[in-house]
Parts: sequence; C-alpha cells; structure tokens
Amino acid sequence: MDITTTLPVLALLILVIPLFNFLWLGIAGCKLPHKVAAAFGIVGMGTCLVFACMIAYTYFFGGDAAFQTVLADGTLERLPYTVFDHTWLAFTQNLVIKLGFYLDPISAMMLVVITTISFCVHLYSLGYMDGERGFQRYYAFLSLFSFSMLGLVVATNIFQMYIFWELVGASSYLLIGFYYTLPSAVSASKKAFIVTRFADLGFLIGILLLSFYTDTFDFATLNSNPGAVLASTGGATFMGASVLTWALVLIYVGGMGKSAMMPLHIWLPDAMEGPTPVSALIHAATMVVAGVYLVARLFPLYMLEYAATVFIAVVGACTAFYAAVVACAQIDIKRVLAFSTISQIAFMMVSLGVASLGNGEVCHHGLGYMASMFHLFTHAMFKALLFLGAGALIHAVHSNNYTAMGGLRKYMPITHITFLIGCLAIAGIPPFSGFFSKDEILSAAYAWSPFMGVWMTIVAALTAFYMFRLYYLIFWWNDPKFHHTPHDAPWSMSIPLVFLAAVSCVAGFIPFGHYVTWNHLTYDIHLDGAIAISSVIIAILAISLATIMYRKENSLPAKFRAAMPCLWEWAHHRFYWDELYMFVTHKIIFNGICRPIAWFDRHIIDGTMDGFAYITNKASWSIRTLQSGQIQMYVWIYLVGALIIGGIAMLVALA
Amino acid sequence: MNCITDILNSIDITPIWYLIPSLLMFCAGVYGFMTRKNMIAMLISIELMLNAVDINFVVFNRFFFPHSMEGMFFTLFAIAIAAAETALAIAIIINIYRAVKNVDVTSVNEMKF
Repeated sequence: MDITTTLPVLALLILVIPLFNFLWLGIAGCKLPHKVAAAFGIVGMGTCLVFACMIAYTYFFGGDAAFQTVLADGTLERLPYTVFDHTWLAFTQNLVIKLGFYLDPISAMMLVVITTISFCVHLYSLGYMDGERGFQRYYAFLSLFSFSMLGLVVATNIFQMYIFWELVGASSYLLIGFYYTLPSAVSASKKAFIVTRFADLGFLIGILLLSFYTDTFDFATLNSNPGAVLASTGGATFMGASVLTWALVLIYVGGMGKSAMMPLHIWLPDAMEGPTPVSALIHAATMVVAGVYLVARLFPLYMLEYAATVFIAVVGACTAFYAAVVACAQIDIKRVLAFSTISQIAFMMVSLGVASLGNGEVCHHGLGYMASMFHLFTHAMFKALLFLGAGALIHAVHSNNYTAMGGLRKYMPITHITFLIGCLAIAGIPPFSGFFSKDEILSAAYAWSPFMGVWMTIVAALTAFYMFRLYYLIFWWNDPKFHHTPHDAPWSMSIPLVFLAAVSCVAGFIPFGHYVTWNHLTYDIHLDGAIAISSVIIAILAISLATIMYRKENSLPAKFRAAMPCLWEWAHHRFYWDELYMFVTHKIIFNGICRPIAWFDRHIIDGTMDGFAYITNKASWSIRTLQSGQIQMYVWIYLVGALIIGGIAMLVALA
Repeated sequence: MNCITDILNSIDITPIWYLIPSLLMFCAGVYGFMTRKNMIAMLISIELMLNAVDINFVVFNRFFFPHSMEGMFFTLFAIAIAAAETALAIAIIINIYRAVKNVDVTSVNEMKF
C-alpha cells in the first residue's frame, strides 16, 4: 500500500463510513426496512474491518521505512506515524487543536480489535434485535459508537481524544437507554452518564494542567521527550506532590470512570440494562478499555511518576479482587460477566501500573505494558464471546438469571461449546488465549512485588471459580422444565460466536511482543515456567471446586452460603457501594447543599423576579383607564404634551 | 387702476404674509380635529393641517433657498401621499359606518385594553 496516497484515504474512510451510517440511518432510518438498515450497518462495518486490517498489516508487516527502523544491534524499532493531522481550531500560537490519525503499535492493534468486535456485534444484532422497535435507531447508535471509538484510538492529541472520549460516553448513554420505556434502563443510562462525566471532570483538569505546563496537546511531542515534560513543570508542587503527578493522576481518574475502577465502578453493572450485543461491544470489549488505552498512550509520562503508577496498580489490585468476589455471588448472568469485566480491566491496569519503577525506569523489561495490551486484545475477544453467548442464552430462555437456566448443554450445543471456550480462556487454561496474556501479567506483577503477584494469582483463581460456577449453573446443574424447548440461535448469531471462539483458541500464540512493547522494540515473550505452572494448577483447582459444587444439583452451595451468610449478603449486594453512594448523594449532598440552594433559588431569585412582575402588573392595572378609546382625548393629551415640550425647548433656547 | 397697482407694488411681500394664513389654517385644523365628532370633518381638519405645512415648505424654499428645489418636491410628495391617505381614511370611515351605522368618533371606542 502506498503510504502517502492510499493510507490517508483508507484512514479517513474508516472514520467517515460509520459517521455516514450514523447520519444516514439516524435521519432516514425510520423509512427503511429493518433488513436494509442492518445491511448498511453490517456492510459499512465490514468495509471498516477490511480497511483496518489493511492498515494494521501495512503498519506491522509492510516494512516501510516510515514505520520501522533497524537499530545498530539488529533489533527492530517501530515508529509512530501521523497519517494526517488537520488543524481544526487555532486559538493562539500554542493553543491549537488538531484532528488527525495517529498510527503506532497500540492504535493499529486497537483498530483491528474495535472493527472486529464491532463487525461481529453488527452481524449478531441482526438476529438478536430481530423485530425490535427502534431497530434502525439501534444500528445508527452502533455506528456512532464505532465512529467515536475509532476516533478515540487514532487521536493525535489529548484533546481530540477527549472529544471522542465524550462521544463514546454519549453513545454508550444512548445505547444503555435503548429500551427507554423501561425505568430501570433510563436510570442505568443516567447513572452511567453522570458517573463517567464526574470522572471526566478529573480528566479535563488533568489535560489542562498538563497542557498548561507543556504548551502542547500532541502525543507525539509529549511521548518523544518525556524528560522535557518533567523539566517544563519546573518543580512546581501542589499539596506535597508535583503538578505532573497531579495531572497524571487526574487524567487517570478519567480512565477510572470509563474503565469502571473502584470507586467509580458502580455504573458498569447497571449498564447491563442495554441490549446484550451492546454490552459485548461497549461494556466489555472496547469502550471500557479506553481508560487502559489512555494510560498506555501516555505511558512514557506515567513512567516518570512512580506515585502515579503505584496509585494505578493499587487501585487496580483492589478493584480486581473486589469485582471477583462480587462476581461469585450474582444471580444475573450479565452481572457476573460485568463484574468479571471490571476485574479483568483491573488486571490490565495493574499490569500497566507495575510496568514502571518511576524516573523513566521500567520493571522487568517493561513486560507489564506488553502484557496489558496483550490482555486487552485477548480479553476483548473472549469477553465479547462470553457476552454474545449470554445473549444467545437470554434470547433462548427470556431471562437474565441463571435460576431460569440449567441443563442447557443438550439444547444449545453451539452456544455451550463456544461459551466453554470463553470460560477456559478467561480462566487461564492453556492453550486458550487468556492463559498467555494473564501469565505475562502475573510475571510482571511478581517482578514488581511478590505480594502483588500472589494477590493477582488469588484473583485469577477466583476468576476461574466464578466463571465455572456460571458455566455449570447455566449448562449443567439441574434440568428444569422449559415452556418452549430452547434452541441454538440463528446463523447470524452463531457465526460471530464460532468466529470469536476460534480467535480465542489461537490468539495466545500471536508473538505479541514483536508488535506492541513500551519502547516499540521487539521483545520475545518467554513463559516463566514456575509462574505458568502454578497459575494453571491454581486455576484447575478452582475449576475443580466449581465442578464439585455446581456440576450436579446438590446442597453444597446452600451450605456454604449458610456458613457465611454475611459474606454472601455483602457480596450479593456488591458490598453496598450503591447504597453508600445513595446515602452520600441523597442524604448528605441533597439535604446539605441542594436543598438550601433550591430554597435560595425559589425564594430569593424567583421572589425578586416575581416581585418585578407583580409591581409591573399592579402599575399597569392602575393606569389602564387612560386608554379610553377616545381619539380626541389622546390628541388633547398629545397636544398639551407637545406644547409643554415646545415651551421648555423655547425657554432653554432663550436662556 | 394705476393707484391700486402702485399700492400693491409698494407692499413688501415678506414670508410673514404667507406664514400667518398658514398658522391660521393649522390652528383651525387642530381645533377642528379636537372638537368635531364627525369623522369626515376630522379628516378635513387633517387636510387643513397638512396644507398649512405644505405652504410653509414652499414659502421657506422660495424665500430662503431660492436656488434649490427640495421644499417644492417635498410638497409635491406630501400632496400625493395625502391623497392616498385620504382615500384610505375614507375607506376606513365607510367600513366603520357599515359596522356601527354612524360616523361619530365617540362611538368608536372598542379598541382599547
């Protein structure tokens, strides 16, 4: 491919096609038949997938001198490349906002991930959303989301990223609230919007702080010379930490909101009110990893600030454990998957956090960075698979709860096998993809601190346990009587399942270190034998425990529950985070701040305005009889007035 | 005859000779407009006032700015517009007559608050 002519065209088309689809389906969609609207979405996204693969292939394998260079010692260094960078708003010499297309290993990887999952979801929705009201609107929103997410990952500067960051938030809001007649969906979409917006406030302040000191938004400038960034802050500090630390932590807060890190995770489980394919696309595979992507994008800066990376690692570790525990005690299968997503994203965050030792030093060859991106890639595939499988189950039994399922392996063989592959991948059983990426994360965690390694291994064991608990409760356990015999989904839903399952089987063998590393140099992955074997053994033990407890209907789970009622209750209620938020917002903020403000508004502001209106009203009532309708009366008054004014004018002129 | 011509020639015509009749016409117009109840009579009063102003225009032009013609033209315009306005006013008065069966201005007082 010619990188000066063809590449910019393809890059632009990748963004323009979904945008066009959004506008076209959004404006004219209601006039189109369902199948035509879906065809627009699917064909458009398929085209984007082909283009994204072409771009990624050219970038990684094209061998162009603009993309890679061979260093003196023979290693290959990949170079970031700006395909185009259009000046959009130029306020002053320094404050220039650009919109462009930035190609580097992680953005090329994300292009492939997003278009693949989005294409699968577009295809799957054809079956899943069949006959729904607002079908065309659904496809329009999916296109909007794809456009925003692609724009986010190819952003050349942090401000462009912020714009698209907000756009994915908006499309997520629209899709969570797709069933806008359900009060639960409406409140879930509001919750997601408000919580992430709250986090984005931090992001915005972080952007402003960073760009104030560095005079630039460009990732290329920021990342190519992080030392200059550190120097540009001139040692300014605020409350004991340098402003750079503050900026990076605040930017990370934006990522925490988007990626559902504690304590801003509360929106993600509720976001499951949206249609299931949306959960697969937005709330499992792509949008929620935007926070991870953000940190990875600014990794050269995070490397400088040990405090910021430790914060990332600790928040990630707490979230991973918390979400894994909660996932063990959920009844709704989509909620289990949602908490599993939170936990896995926390894995990626921990991995990024442990990749750095501060002052630009990396820990264990920067393995954590590579592992995080690798896990992002494999997780996107197998978690989308699990969600789409859950969608097929919900489609079949018309319930989200595993209590309505059980014994489904006989009725839905395709869903069963693909779901099992997804579970094995997330549990970290070789040779499925999750094993490889998770193993790299554990190696990086052990290298950073043995405690972190052990902690994450425990979380990995919990992951295996709750996934297989879910698997057995859905496909084994008992054999309830169904009103209608459940059956496998139509072809449009099965094909994405089989495809993603196939990817989950082989993705682990991709030599990921050859493509994505923190310093863009080739790195060979070697499995750490001790860690790999121990993590596999622990995963198998956890799966065995799940097998004993849930394979056949028995009283063991009930006994466990009876033995630890408190733990079950707390985990089932997500450790009462939502109630805590409700208490803080309703009891403290509403009563303490909002009510006095409301009183002031109603009585002082409105009172003043009402007073003006009252006075005007009274005054006009009292003089209304002047308007008698008698013209000659008016003329008389007019004449007298004119004479008086004339007299005054004359007096003034004479004097 | 000669004698009369001589007297007339001996009178020095100044603008005041014109302005005083004009003032009288204007005052008559104002008085008529305020006192007559018949709308036709009020319309005639308006015409009186207008013509008084027209005279002033012509006189000021003739005596003070003899080399320019603005006052004359303005007067011509005013006459044309006054004609149109009169036609309109007559039409309104006819309509009022159809509605209330008289042309008394005091009986037309519905258009208020």
